[in-house]
Amino acid sequence: MVQRLSEPWKTLMTQHRPLHPLSATLLFAGAAFLVATAVTRTGRRKSVNHRRDDAPVSASRVSTPEDGVVVAAAVTIDRPREELYAYWRRFENLPSFMENVEAVVPEGDHMRWTISAPAGQTVDLVTKITEDRESELIAWRSVLDSEIETNGRVQFRSLAEGRGTAVEATIRYVPPAGEIGRLVAKLFRKEPKVQGRHELKRFKMLMETGEVTTAQFHTPQNGSTGD
Amino acid sequence: MRALTWHGKHDVRIDTVPDPEILNPRDAIIKVTSTAICGSDLHLYDAVIPGMMAGDILGHEFMGEVVETGPKSTLQKGQRVVVPFTISCGQCFFCKKQQYSACDNSNPAETQDLTEPLYGHAIGGLFGYSHLTGGYAGGQAEYVRVPYSDVGPIIVPEELDDEQVLFLSDILPTGWMAAENAQIEPGDTVAVWGCGPVGLFAIQSALAMGAEQVIAIDHYPHRLDLARGLGAEGLDYTQTKVGEALLEMTGGIGPDAVIDAVGMEAHGFAPDNVLDVVKQKVGMVFDRGHVLREAILACRKGGRVSMPGVYGGYLDKFPLGAFMQKGLQLRTGQTHVQRYTDNLMKEIRKGKIDTTFLISHRLPLADAPTAYKNFHERQNEWTKVVLRP
Repeated sequence: MVQRLSEPWKTLMTQHRPLHPLSATLLFAGAAFLVATAVTRTGRRKSVNHRRDDAPVSASRVSTPEDGVVVAAAVTIDRPREELYAYWRRFENLPSFMENVEAVVPEGDHMRWTISAPAGQTVDLVTKITEDRESELIAWRSVLDSEIETNGRVQFRSLAEGRGTAVEATIRYVPPAGEIGRLVAKLFRKEPKVQGRHELKRFKMLMETGEVTTAQFHTPQNGSTGD
Repeated sequence: MRALTWHGKHDVRIDTVPDPEILNPRDAIIKVTSTAICGSDLHLYDAVIPGMMAGDILGHEFMGEVVETGPKSTLQKGQRVVVPFTISCGQCFFCKKQQYSACDNSNPAETQDLTEPLYGHAIGGLFGYSHLTGGYAGGQAEYVRVPYSDVGPIIVPEELDDEQVLFLSDILPTGWMAAENAQIEPGDTVAVWGCGPVGLFAIQSALAMGAEQVIAIDHYPHRLDLARGLGAEGLDYTQTKVGEALLEMTGGIGPDAVIDAVGMEAHGFAPDNVLDVVKQKVGMVFDRGHVLREAILACRKGGRVSMPGVYGGYLDKFPLGAFMQKGLQLRTGQTHVQRYTDNLMKEIRKGKIDTTFLISHRLPLADAPTAYKNFHERQNEWTKVVLRP
């Protein structure tokens, strides 16, 4: 059974918002710093021979296009890892904090994901679990006839006493061809990394506080989907 | 409902906006009975804080009556509460450490993006203080949606009037934390720049914490008089060379602790400030840091710098050499309001803290635009405005 949120919340969480208008202001404000950073980076990239260090892949300066698009993010949640694992392992729960996932329905040992795409359309994705270690790790991969080729994993790592659990998620996907590909590209154009980070943050809010924070003060009158 | 909304620099209006609703289980709706204009609201009025959008409802100092509660709220209809300006979930790493203003969950995921590139981390949620802090609708309105209402609001005992407790929402704990951050020891001299409400409460708190001598710096005669009324000595920087006066008044040592209760919009005609005014106007810097520079130079060796004043961006000409060579310490931050409210409420009940002496004007909410104008332009007489919806 799919866990559903009350209507006002669902509306808030499924809106596809364009780039926040304020982002532009801040980007402008920070432009000087970014330009300086960019210059340094370009200079450095030429001289670096992709030496491996101990940093997570999401922090890499060197992209690896053959891996597809990689979205990785980490968040610390002040709850025991058993609890976090159990919530995530019930994939039906994921729409409660994943903005674009409308539903995840188990079908035998597979999961069918319904992902909302622009213009009121949806894309279906079928995955199977490839690795499942109790309270530690869940990994999944799309099955062959799925509309999107993807794999993902989420790890739960206990931190020092009183520090909670580090949750690290990595999702790779290969943008498909054709009409679906166009939709998916459009869907992910608004920075997949940003979206991934938001989703983990919402997971944290939900696990720590029992709710997903919103600053709205009333239900928007007619902007329910807002593609 | 009616609410004060921001439309641009020096343009605030009373508008009709939708009534707030319960959206999350821990929410409550408060019917506002008293709300104040904060000195930091003037930074929004002057449009020097980025992240404002036309139509945003201002106000982060408010109190009122609980009229609606979500299923997980611990409040009850009819209770009178003061609401801290910092929104805190009570359950994240920071809230558990009582660093309430650093709450990890109160700023929604989307608006956390706005401060991550600017500050390295997303800051917590605040009422009515730009989208950097969540874009929450503020309290200069008839009603407010208060999230995490089981953590923030303080229940007010019947015998206390609104005006006795309203400032628990921000400026009273902010002044208290400013003095606490100055780590005052018996015999200390504390110099406080800015005799606005936060500066005045910092003076009151510093004396309560055992400071021997408090020296207040401002240029508004009436505000200096309010400081003197608390037991401070006053310096008018338009009449006096502040650095020289502070040295002389401390036997050449300098103040043991200095408090910058002014922040990003320092006044005055010192050369560094004139340059900062121009740069702030053309958008090259967010902050004018004249007070902070002067305070660091005045502070004794090994002394403490406390900075309750609000800053938003990057500051140049920071006297880093003086700061390092004199071995100073700097403590600052948005106030961890919930850490202080219980104790301060007790002090108010015992009659040990008076919070009403600085209120100069009491007006209906409908007059808020005029109140902003006067609070901004006539700071000598307009020391604190309380609005009643």
